[in-house]
Amino acid sequence: MEPARAVRAPRASAGEFAIETHGLTKVFGKQRAVDGVDLAVPRGTVFGFLGPNGSGKTTTIRMLLGLAAATSGEIRLLDGAMPKDARAVLPRVGALVEGPAIYPFLSGRANLQRFDAADRHTSPATRNARVDAALERVGLSHAAKKRAHAYSLGMKQRLGIANALLAPRDLLILDEPTNGLDPQGTREVRNLIKSLSDDGTTIFVSSHLLAEVEQMCTRIAVMSAGQLVAQGTLDELRSAGTARVRITTPDHADAHRVLTGLGLVPEIHGRDDVITAELSVPGLQPETVNAALVRADVRVRGLEASGASLEDRFVALTGEGFDVAG
Amino acid sequence: MLQADRSLGLTLVVSEITVLFRRLRTWAMIGALALIPILIAVVVRVSSDGAASGRGPAFLDSITQNGLFVSLTALTVAIPLFLPLTIGVVAGDTIAGEANLGTLRYLLVAPAGRVRLLLVKYAGAALFCFVATLTVVVTGAVIGALLFPVGPVTLLSGDTVGIPGYFGRLLLLALYVTVSLMGLSAIGLFISTLTTIPVGAMAATAALAAVSQILGALPQLEWLHPWLFTHYWLGFGDLLRQPIVWNSFADNVLLQLGYIAVFGALAYGRFSTKDILS
Repeated sequence: MEPARAVRAPRASAGEFAIETHGLTKVFGKQRAVDGVDLAVPRGTVFGFLGPNGSGKTTTIRMLLGLAAATSGEIRLLDGAMPKDARAVLPRVGALVEGPAIYPFLSGRANLQRFDAADRHTSPATRNARVDAALERVGLSHAAKKRAHAYSLGMKQRLGIANALLAPRDLLILDEPTNGLDPQGTREVRNLIKSLSDDGTTIFVSSHLLAEVEQMCTRIAVMSAGQLVAQGTLDELRSAGTARVRITTPDHADAHRVLTGLGLVPEIHGRDDVITAELSVPGLQPETVNAALVRADVRVRGLEASGASLEDRFVALTGEGFDVAG
Repeated sequence: MLQADRSLGLTLVVSEITVLFRRLRTWAMIGALALIPILIAVVVRVSSDGAASGRGPAFLDSITQNGLFVSLTALTVAIPLFLPLTIGVVAGDTIAGEANLGTLRYLLVAPAGRVRLLLVKYAGAALFCFVATLTVVVTGAVIGALLFPVGPVTLLSGDTVGIPGYFGRLLLLALYVTVSLMGLSAIGLFISTLTTIPVGAMAATAALAAVSQILGALPQLEWLHPWLFTHYWLGFGDLLRQPIVWNSFADNVLLQLGYIAVFGALAYGRFSTKDILS
């Protein structure tokens, strides 16, 4: 399922992963906010970092970027160890961490110039051009001269994303990038991420919105209460949950027999012409079930395969309800 | 990019100064400081009936004879309260202000470098000290020249200097006061690394200036006085002698350097390992 993409030639010392952590742990007082996280984000992927609010995503990101020190564990970002090699690594990383931050009394453009000036590797000669290009890319050119305190939440969010794009980056770490955006803005951000990814940038997107991650990412990791509870490609995660088939047939007794023959455990619900079964046999596809039914002359009125929804899987992994992990 | 690597990254200093002076707040404080000499000069001019009472701030009585004394009077008034207050605001805001806006995390991720950011922030505060002092001095000279006769100035030693010589002294004075405020700026920088609430850091810094001056006024604590960062604040009289006596200038520099070293180290110790969670 991995879409073919133009992968930029790896840098001289490029490892396999853009982000790699081992046993990453952060303890605040008695609380283990992040607990033994082993992340592995392959280069060139759009990687979704999922988890409910308070599950330790942002704390993990803060440690990745050297804003907070890990209590224990190791971090490799691009080709360096964090926070030791921050000076060499961070100029190649663009980040949006826990929402945008602005100087309200400066214009949008002046805000970006300020952040660009903070990086001593950037060239002052190209600053204005790069700032304008970043503003253009997020659709803020028209408001560039406006003071940022007059920006809407969505505009601030765009400014935050523009800040991550001030220089060519090898890695983008975007914490809840579509927060506060309208549906159109959300779509623009998705397209932006896609086009950046096509250029070979590795993109690490944290979100608590499943649907969003499902649309953008090829790989995901799921956090819950400070721990990494799952990591892999979307398909791997989906297939870890079980798909179901729902068959509508007048011959439900025959259907029951066929399904049992395939090793499934059919259930008959309410209406006696509907029969469902979990596809609990590894490798068994819905079309195989259909073929078996047809071979047995079972008259099928309808067959519906419901893939394991990522949502079910997510809820299974992180628990249900509104309780914020604390 | 390699060529940019070699640059010192002075653009951040330029950026810091730009941001500082694009804030309305900074100009409001400079405006307030400029009001001090204007207020003094106007009041003296309006009520000037020649009755020099010998009371009030130093140099006040000399203003009617020579408008150039407005600067000195205004400095004497501004040093104990208004200058430390504004420096408290700027120095207290350095790190805590960025933390409060959340911009601190983006500066550090850029990466600005923590030590570099501290140095740049301190440089910005130091520049503000100089601008603030110069504002008082220059406004005083201008309003004095407008409202009163101006002529050669009689120094504390009885010698007389011409107007250009006097302006040289004023510039020296501004430097002296700026140096005097360097220790307070370092304290403010340190306090600013302790909190994400800038108002708290500002108030604490300004309050410390007051506490230090109160301690300096208690004769029972005379042993402590030479160690207070406010000890030489009003000791600029030596610059108004002929020849200039440099002792207090040198002692002041040494004392302020001591404060910069101690609180700079504390700020570094705190900030270099601090978790940025704002």
